[in-house]
Amino acid sequence: MISGLTLNERRWGVAILAVLICIGAAMAAAGADRADPFQVHGFLVMAYSLIVLCVVLRGYDEPGPGRLESYYDDPSKAGIVIAMLWAVFGMFIGDWVAWLLAYPDMTFDAAWSSFGRLRPAHTTGVIFGFGGNALIATSFHVMQRTSRARLPDQFSPWFVLVGYNLFCLLAVSGYFLGITQSKEYAEPEWYADIWLVVVWVTYLLLYLRTLARRKEPHIYVANWYYLAFILVVAILHIVNNLAVPASFGGAKSYSLFSGVQDAMTQWWYGHNAVAFFLTAGFLGMMYYYLPKRAGRPIYSYRMSIIGFWGITFFYMWAGSHHLHYTALPQWVQTLGMTFSVMLLVPSWIAAANALLTLNGAWDKVRDDATLRFMMMAAIFYGLSTFEGSFMAIRSVNALSHYTDWTIGHVHAGAMGWVALITFGSIYAVVPWLWKRERMHSPALVEVHFWLALAGTLIYVFAMWNSGIIQGLMWRTYNDSGTLTYSFLDSMVAMHPYYIARAIGGLLFLIGAIVGCYNIWMTIRRPAGAPAPSDDAPLPANLQPAE
Amino acid sequence: MFGTHYRIERKSVALAVAIMIVASIGGLIEIAPLFTIDDTVESDPKMRVYTPLELAGRNIYIREGCYACHSQMVRTLQDEVERYGPYSLAVESKYDHPMLWGSKRTGPDLARVGGKYSDQWHTAHLRNPRDVVPQSIMPRYGWLSETELRTRHLGDDLRALRAVGVPYSDAMIANASADAVAQASPDDDTAGLVERYGSATQIRTFDGDKRTTSEMDALVAYLQILGKLSDAAHPAPASKE
Repeated sequence: MISGLTLNERRWGVAILAVLICIGAAMAAAGADRADPFQVHGFLVMAYSLIVLCVVLRGYDEPGPGRLESYYDDPSKAGIVIAMLWAVFGMFIGDWVAWLLAYPDMTFDAAWSSFGRLRPAHTTGVIFGFGGNALIATSFHVMQRTSRARLPDQFSPWFVLVGYNLFCLLAVSGYFLGITQSKEYAEPEWYADIWLVVVWVTYLLLYLRTLARRKEPHIYVANWYYLAFILVVAILHIVNNLAVPASFGGAKSYSLFSGVQDAMTQWWYGHNAVAFFLTAGFLGMMYYYLPKRAGRPIYSYRMSIIGFWGITFFYMWAGSHHLHYTALPQWVQTLGMTFSVMLLVPSWIAAANALLTLNGAWDKVRDDATLRFMMMAAIFYGLSTFEGSFMAIRSVNALSHYTDWTIGHVHAGAMGWVALITFGSIYAVVPWLWKRERMHSPALVEVHFWLALAGTLIYVFAMWNSGIIQGLMWRTYNDSGTLTYSFLDSMVAMHPYYIARAIGGLLFLIGAIVGCYNIWMTIRRPAGAPAPSDDAPLPANLQPAE
Repeated sequence: MFGTHYRIERKSVALAVAIMIVASIGGLIEIAPLFTIDDTVESDPKMRVYTPLELAGRNIYIREGCYACHSQMVRTLQDEVERYGPYSLAVESKYDHPMLWGSKRTGPDLARVGGKYSDQWHTAHLRNPRDVVPQSIMPRYGWLSETELRTRHLGDDLRALRAVGVPYSDAMIANASADAVAQASPDDDTAGLVERYGSATQIRTFDGDKRTTSEMDALVAYLQILGKLSDAAHPAPASKE
């Protein structure tokens, strides 16, 4: 895999890994002094760096000539495999916690396996492990093709990929150990956060350096989204994680903000992690792989522009809709609601642009499950953004907030949009990357599609039902003017829906495992005639349409 | 308009700068004023800080991910006020770094749970929730009783909190570890603790086991103070459930 690295690049790798091993040792020593789980993370950093060091030192010689004549795709290949492993891990934990809500004793009587520790392991595993690795892998692929330029060096893509996965490991293992700062979707502690900043700045520089080398005069739409994803996630991550560590020898830190300011900052982060991690990045994926696979240019260049800037501007205001009727000042709540409703316009423009691109290629959607993954993703994107704008309205939010409806909405987006566009893109790109004629089994892609779709629908319908019932039960009054149901009554009423949700999640997980098998068999397949149209210049969609 | 864009999308740095500017506006307008507009947070001079034991309990609450299922924010809706008590005010989480308002109620809201149940109830409920609430789907936290609370470095925690704006005094920081142990040991000398944190400080063996200060002591001490740091929202009325 990394045999293409030059001697000099390997030396850089060895130097950085040596520094990391020293940092790990220092963490382990400081943590041991305080009997803090920080110590375990020190050992984890050391072990991870040592393993990577072994890989780097294997075959310490100059690569052969000719490596500069093709795009550098090894990090993309590794990233896709890692993303699928995280997918299975994250979805497994997710389904486990889903069963736990129906049968709370389906667990070990140990600290690490209680719901509160597994739940962030699920969210981080799928969002950052699966989603993040898929974004990094596909962005490397897309930026080279759309810029018609090779990556500027071979070291920094590996640094981004390997370093990012160290962050993911620190995050997920931390939850099992009880290390968390409790800010939803920003749970990792201060040292993991600092490390992510280092990785992310490298990622941004790599992106800008590749764009600087491009042989196309224009930056293609997919790259606008990837660039916005990298930049804005950096801003969000840094601001929301500002904190003072209790000690440099322990994991615990205290957020710089408190109470109402912290709540606003947290949901500004939380909602825009949805916007720029889970939407912008994946729209980048969609804007490249969907037209490629359909063999048609993007429907409208103007719609791309309006959609992009609308999403970039409006989304950043919408976070306060998570705080309706709370102690957050009313004026901020109202701004959040207003912009959330306006956000529907650019979101639907993006979804419509994708679906209209398929005009003239609907026969392919019927025959090709890979393209159908992407089409269904665009439909779910449109549906869940509509739902999001709807739920941001104060009076709707009064009912939906704190209930399972929110969970259903999130998963309509996470499973229906993020995961489906990722699976579609991966099925498209795997034969191109490994120079295979097609996926090992198109029939299994078909099976995966129907498992994923059925799983998503069961999940989302179960949560819509349970959430709305829950919200209604909490606010039902009887004739004498007192509350009809106790909180426990509403919990008991959720039981059948929690079972349905866990079954839906199980179908989705099985689909992902089928996908892993199919990808693995494709990689192992003897190289045949490579799939057409990979590195050939793009049709009209590379250039603006007008 | 599209002509301008035609030029911007040829320059990667211009595009990056434009994205940063456009994306920053919303956050600046919504977040920055919250720090400067005075009536964003009500004033309550009697608002008190967490004792070291309560703070340790809060950190256990965070560590175990309790925030994932229990909100700490009573909204201004009639059914919530009737079910949980007076709606939450901003001042009540003024010293919460970070806040724990939460986003989901798989279990009930805890903003005003302090004083609602006895220590024995909390301890039994945490050991096995189904012993006291047969329908509960909460995990068991039995190991908290067996785990001794690590109090040695609590002074560092208080110092970090002072750095971010919580008014802990030098004496509070210096005595943090001793105060944490004293609060769960009513037989010890607790005069210093009362002097530093006030006469309303709850001093008792929270988990019913006098021998050690356990993590259970800390967590129950924290749960019993929820909603009681400030009277600004009126004292919580008796349970309606």
